[in-house]
Amino acid sequence: MAEFRLPSNSIIGPGKHFPAPEGATNTRTVKVYRYDPDSGKNPHIDSYEVDMDSCGPMVLDAILKIKNEMDSTLTFRRSCREGICGSCAMNIDGGNTLACTMAIADIEGDITIYPLPHQPVVKDLVSDLTNFYAQYASVEPWIKSDTPAPPDRERLQSPEDREKLDGAYECILCACCSTSCPSYWWNSDRFLGPAALLASYRWLADTRDDATGDRLDELEDPFKLYRCHTIMNCATVCPKGLNPAKAIAETKKMLVQRRG
Amino acid sequence: MSNLRSPLSQVKGHGSAKEGTSHFWIQRLTAIAMIPLVLWLAFSVASLPGMSQVDIRNWLSAPFTAVMMITLLLSGFYHAKLGLQMVIEDYVGNHGLRTIAVIASTMLCVFLAILGVFSVMRIAFTA
Repeated sequence: MAEFRLPSNSIIGPGKHFPAPEGATNTRTVKVYRYDPDSGKNPHIDSYEVDMDSCGPMVLDAILKIKNEMDSTLTFRRSCREGICGSCAMNIDGGNTLACTMAIADIEGDITIYPLPHQPVVKDLVSDLTNFYAQYASVEPWIKSDTPAPPDRERLQSPEDREKLDGAYECILCACCSTSCPSYWWNSDRFLGPAALLASYRWLADTRDDATGDRLDELEDPFKLYRCHTIMNCATVCPKGLNPAKAIAETKKMLVQRRG
Repeated sequence: MSNLRSPLSQVKGHGSAKEGTSHFWIQRLTAIAMIPLVLWLAFSVASLPGMSQVDIRNWLSAPFTAVMMITLLLSGFYHAKLGLQMVIEDYVGNHGLRTIAVIASTMLCVFLAILGVFSVMRIAFTA
């Protein structure tokens, strides 16, 4: 069911304030969503005054500094710190993005950080993406071909055919797009979401794959695919600059075209 | 209580319904059809000599006007039926409630379409 109001155990209360270290002159306030389901308490917002003179330029630098120097209980995912692993996806300054590629200088006022929207929270900024990953697996994102590969070389593809995969293969599965999509918020149990549908299109567009018909059969469903109403939040937030909405539109076009 | 069913099994659910493309396509076709139809309606009504009941009846009883009006009604209510279904499917999560709401909205649209077509035909054939 569409949820327009937070459940009572999700209403956010005020949290602790961590002042800047003495002598710091150039500070920014970082407000972070904190939630520990095991505590039985409602989530709250802690605010940290971070000394920017000893902090790196990205939001990830700021929260790492908070964790290292101010509050070690702050929980979040991070790994590559260069926008290729997708671990540090979170809602920063009102939009889903990667903390490692979001510059603090690009944010005006206080820096607000929440976990990815409308997902179960494991702790603080760590959301449970089990369903998201299962949806990715469900589109069977691997090559399927009844044609045996040549014994002495890889399957060939013309440069023009290879170009069709541009904009579809670069996805890092950070989940920024799917968790920014209202259709996904309301129906994530059945709508596959922009990330899984982009991954599916990556194989629909691949000339070496000959399971296109089967893939389209699997997607042709009022909920799996047609919940997309081209709201375009996915393309707006994608930290890799991809356009899942276009891939979904192309998929719909393929479904229409094969009818006649 | 934790769900012991695997996440992949939950996502796959009952599989694909193998439909939705007709809904998508007809929704767009009816939308496109209504662009000239609504423009025609706006210009026709604006260019009527008067807005009295006699004026409207005379206008509506012309064969071309009646046919255009019936086309607009059918296209419009078909489009409304598809659109309402989409909104209900988006926002009503309970399966039983959703089914009832879709059936009720479909019946309402069918009823209003028949009512409209009958009204136009009555005027066209009795004027």
